[in-house]
Amino acid sequence: MGSFEYLKITGLSYGFAYHTFVIEGVNLTIPKGRFVSIVGPSGSGKTTLLKLLCGIYEPWSGDIEYICNDCDSIFYYPSVGYVPQIETIDWNFPVSVQEVIAMGSWNYKSYLPWIDKKLKNQIKDVLKMLGLSGYEKRHIRALSGGEQQRVFLGRALIRNPDVLILDEPTTGLDYVSREKIFDILKTLNNSGITIILSTHDITHIANRSPWVICFNKYVIAEGSPQHVLKEDNLLKTYGLADYRIK
Amino acid sequence: MIEFLLPFQYDFFIKGILVSVLLGGICGLAGVYIILRGLSYVGHGLSHAAFGGAIVGNIAGMNYYVGAIIWSYLASFVIYEISKRNKIKPDAAIGLVTTAIFAFGVLLVSMTNRYTRNFESLLFGNILAITEQDLYIIVSVTILSGAFFFLLHKRLVFSFFDNESAKISGIKTSYIELLFSFVLATIIIVSMSSIGVTLLASVIVGPAISARMLSNNFSNVVFLSIVIGCVASFSGMYASFFLDSSSGPTIVMFITLAFGITAIYALIKKIFHTHSHGGISHSHPHIHTDEHRHEHTPR
Ligand SMILES: Nc1ncnc2c1ncn2[C@@H]1O[C@H](COP(=O)(O)OP(=O)(O)O)[C@@H](O)[C@H]1O
Ligand SMILES: [Mg+2]
Repeated sequence: MGSFEYLKITGLSYGFAYHTFVIEGVNLTIPKGRFVSIVGPSGSGKTTLLKLLCGIYEPWSGDIEYICNDCDSIFYYPSVGYVPQIETIDWNFPVSVQEVIAMGSWNYKSYLPWIDKKLKNQIKDVLKMLGLSGYEKRHIRALSGGEQQRVFLGRALIRNPDVLILDEPTTGLDYVSREKIFDILKTLNNSGITIILSTHDITHIANRSPWVICFNKYVIAEGSPQHVLKEDNLLKTYGLADYRIK
Repeated sequence: MIEFLLPFQYDFFIKGILVSVLLGGICGLAGVYIILRGLSYVGHGLSHAAFGGAIVGNIAGMNYYVGAIIWSYLASFVIYEISKRNKIKPDAAIGLVTTAIFAFGVLLVSMTNRYTRNFESLLFGNILAITEQDLYIIVSVTILSGAFFFLLHKRLVFSFFDNESAKISGIKTSYIELLFSFVLATIIIVSMSSIGVTLLASVIVGPAISARMLSNNFSNVVFLSIVIGCVASFSGMYASFFLDSSSGPTIVMFITLAFGITAIYALIKKIFHTHSHGGISHSHPHIHTDEHRHEHTPR
């Protein structure tokens, strides 16, 4: 089995309603180990793009290819960890922190209903890495926003992902929590995990991530933040949406 | 013979106790998944559909179970297809589809007057009328659906909690959900003749919501719901012997009682819950106000 080399997106288009594109003609190449922030206004299609990368929508046209080196199979698919926007979570659902993280490794002894000792230890390690030691038995509602976000990050991490995809991981969090998440992501990236996230937070996240993509239906600009986060690009990214809302 | 053991000398009673404990347990188990999937109404709905099916089947000269199974699987499939499309909530789909099938059954009865099997025992349940064959069917369905929940637990919880992430991590969520609804339909059909179409909703939802109030941890909720279901059904069946009441309604009363007790217990626990000020853990009655600030010990 080969290892993940790069992600190649060509001519990708997708939409929900007939003939209305949410994603149109996206071309991107994301090499292994990159830390990418996708910025764009609300409704620009960030979530849709990320879900396309995870393979739960069938593209209208175009290709999403995960390329590996030393691969003998064209059916290669890396381990992808997805962290949804936590606003979509039902906080009244009766699950503890440990149970949520265990979901990520459902295919480990998948027909056994309980969490065995080995998995418990793995969860412990993940929680430690996330600064959540001792939180195993807590109900997910009994956590701060930043802690909740980290639990869902943990659920993705227990799968040992090659690529980590996060939908607005810092939205709605205070400064300290955002920093904590960013630090964790940096550490993960340094250990070789490719990180692709969407964000509204230009000053704290996009500005400090090595690679930025301005996105609104299609890629407006990409590159290092110094080159990309300039007025004309931001105007094109955000201005277009304002125009469209009117 | 000691008086409280008296009922156990009767074969019909032992059979009744066995059936009610089995059904109480399996409905308690399924109920947890049902309420978390937002399908609280499904027991009520599918049992009506199965009732319609049983009548239609009977008129067509088929076995009771065959007609009920065909119609309620059909109903399950239609409900599943409708609610998959997100625009219509499952409970609305259940209300529409199952009532239509129920009405069709009643319509046929009113037109043909050819219904022979005891109408009332299906509507209100009659555990004592359970035949040997019914008993075998109940035991096998309990074992099979118990195995279903045991083996697919991880997939079910992940799918119901966060469907898209579950799909992304490789769970075939649509198969799981379809299979789940067929299992439910089967449980409901076998429960119908003993607990009754009109009473089934309580047996399915009652233990689960009671257990939900007692714990925030999924495994505990499942465990407690099974226990509550078994104990309440046993007590109801047992009490019905001495009260000389019909067993279905008595069981429902005991489930309601269990719910009442857990609701009060949960309320008391909330008022007295353990908390700490300045690192000292203790408990006393309090409500949450700005004046009474404290930290909660991890639950
Ligand atoms: N499941 C869906 N069904 C129909 N339309 C959708 C769905 N998800 C997103 N959309 C639409 O697609 C567009 C892009 O949405 P989204 O990808 O969520 O944007 P973002 O994440 O950038 O805010 C929006 O106009 C939204 O209304
Ligand atoms: Mg979004």
